[in-house]
Amino acid sequence: MKVFLDHASTTPVRQSALDALVSALADTGNPQSVHTHGQTTRAHLEDARDDLAEAVGCNRSEVVFNSGGTESNNQAIKGIYWARNQDRERKVIISSPIEHHALIDPIEWLCEFEGAQLKLVSVLANGELDLEHLEELIQSNAENIALISLMWVNNEIGVITDIPRVCEMAGSIPVHSDAVAAFGHLPLNFRASGLTAMSISGHKIGAPIGVGALIVSRNFKPVSLLHGGGQERGLRSGTMSYPLAKALGVAARDAVADLEVRQARLKVLRDSFEARLIAKLPEVRITAPGANRVNQNCNVILPGTKSDSMLYLLDEQGLSVSAGSACQAGVLGPSHVLIGMGYSEAEASACLRVSFGHTSEASDVDFAVEAIVNAYAKAIKANAISA
Amino acid sequence: MAAMSGGVDSAVAAARAVEAGHEVVGVHLALSRMPGTLRTGSRGCCTIEDSMDAQRAATKLGIPYYVWDFSERFKLDVVDDFVAEYQAGRTPNPCMRCNERIKFAALLERGLALGFDAVCTGHYASIYKDDEGNLELHRSLEMAKDQSYVLGVLTKEQLAHSMFPLGAMASKDLVRAEAEARGLSVANKPDSYDICFIPEGDTREWLRDFVPSQGGKIIDQEGNQLGEHDGHVGFTIGQRKGLRIGTPAKDGKPRYVLEIRPKTHEVVVGPESALEISELVGSRFSWCGKAPKSPEEFFDCDIQVRAHGDTVPASAAVVDNQLVMRLKQPFYGVAPGQTAVLYVGTRVLGQTTIDKTVSAVTAIV
Repeated sequence: MKVFLDHASTTPVRQSALDALVSALADTGNPQSVHTHGQTTRAHLEDARDDLAEAVGCNRSEVVFNSGGTESNNQAIKGIYWARNQDRERKVIISSPIEHHALIDPIEWLCEFEGAQLKLVSVLANGELDLEHLEELIQSNAENIALISLMWVNNEIGVITDIPRVCEMAGSIPVHSDAVAAFGHLPLNFRASGLTAMSISGHKIGAPIGVGALIVSRNFKPVSLLHGGGQERGLRSGTMSYPLAKALGVAARDAVADLEVRQARLKVLRDSFEARLIAKLPEVRITAPGANRVNQNCNVILPGTKSDSMLYLLDEQGLSVSAGSACQAGVLGPSHVLIGMGYSEAEASACLRVSFGHTSEASDVDFAVEAIVNAYAKAIKANAISA
Repeated sequence: MAAMSGGVDSAVAAARAVEAGHEVVGVHLALSRMPGTLRTGSRGCCTIEDSMDAQRAATKLGIPYYVWDFSERFKLDVVDDFVAEYQAGRTPNPCMRCNERIKFAALLERGLALGFDAVCTGHYASIYKDDEGNLELHRSLEMAKDQSYVLGVLTKEQLAHSMFPLGAMASKDLVRAEAEARGLSVANKPDSYDICFIPEGDTREWLRDFVPSQGGKIIDQEGNQLGEHDGHVGFTIGQRKGLRIGTPAKDGKPRYVLEIRPKTHEVVVGPESALEISELVGSRFSWCGKAPKSPEEFFDCDIQVRAHGDTVPASAAVVDNQLVMRLKQPFYGVAPGQTAVLYVGTRVLGQTTIDKTVSAVTAIV
């Protein structure tokens, strides 16, 4: 038996999205072409834009389709930074130590090659951001801030940041949010949030891997990373895959439509999983205790273990979950998110993320609790020997 | 558990284990926290490319594949040891340390704790049982590829949990041909010869980054200064090249490094004849499988001091908790820190790290 509880890394494609993808693939035509064929596929792309705009609460012209979260974050960070440095110098970027690498790495690139200065908002012990510290950073760097970028929901620990509040504090400073782990999992509205830009990714909500969007306010024009045919408001040159966009639009529409029911159901699964796991293994700790978390995420520390042993022992039993993030060679390092929260390297190497999704069932919880309990003692022994 | 480096040997070894009916899981050891860039020229462990090659081979074999991080242990037990040994004027063998402390220790122990029965590697060596059922480690069929020397550190317990499916292979070409036939993309991957953590192959240059280099004198056996060096670390007993002594020796013959004195930073050089070693002594020794019946009494064996070096006949015994090896023919240029492996015929009997070498003329400590 195989059980997939790694929906935060990617979730199964929704049937509706798959149908939309296949049906659009059957049509031929470059969406930029003038003829009827082109107009047909263009219609798919623009249908998708309507669906997505409706789902995220933005104007249709604010949707910039692209390949996904990493591209969105790169375009947002670099594009906004360059735009903000056109008329005069603004070197400061405010972010946090618990962002995804797809966000922190473009910022670090700007620091290395363009002299940007990264200022990090402190993280509280429960994984929430210290918004008072953010306020201080904004006050003390006011005129020099190029942008603020903070993720809406943390992909590892599921903790939610009050993005509308951040935008209020930022005033006229552009704010970008990586909403890859938020969109489709909690109600959000781009227009009402006050954001300048927001990244979303298709495969976290039931669209295929390889499609996403950057939502960019009509009132802001980032500098483009790509140059070419000028598609997508000039921000994303290249022929857009209308079948993938169509699937994204449908998945977004459906994810928002069943959001409330699904999240209520996943909260029951997650809470019961955590309660039962801790009942069997009292030493297990919730990584972000008492924080405002999304319902599908569970992140725990299994003291005395190392994630790579645990993942092996769980995979052996047929349970797919994850931990931290692996480097290119496949080495699981300690989670930088947990380190950012103040956990020790040993604790940050002993975490496990169990994430539920639209296909999860109650029997998955039974299976996962049993598998983790089975693996725990072995993993501790293996770690004690070879640490 | 098949330890898969990303090379052709370990891939074919894993394939053979699968074919023999074992339930096999591929494990790649990450030995560096900074896997670095893709390398094409010199080859070694733990590059991204190697990890991907190992994964690809595992996929072909239809076995699960995982990367386990042993970088901290590797640094402490192998790299730091390597540096410390050179600092102390000795010549270490890091592959031996890695086998002793990582592959057949940390990795194997962790594997056993996680439910594995054995570790399978692509080493060229064979494990046989004697008449009483004791496990013995033997040289591989093909002497040119024989790797029993670097496995000399294995104990009876470790042998019981080790598998070397390539031991009976007649040649490396056959292994490559087998990889090709099995559709393994690593079939034509070049062999690795260097020390894996010194990709450029220049040990002295590499050591410079770790050891504060303090220059000193190059002297002859009588103590006369012949030249200067910019750091004793990296010199090896028996080394002839790179001494940069201007004037030739009186007899016109080349001079060799005879001794390294870390405390005074002196490097002693002299004629080849002075490198002649008649006895080796080591205090850290182990038996590979069954120990000799009465190790305190001198017994006949053959001694090998380099991975692909020749053997010399010797008589060995444990004297005052030290393994003493009296050589029946001399070795030239053996350095403290090197490992002496004892053979009886093709069987590996045991090993020791050499602490002391005795010259026919003068004792070198």
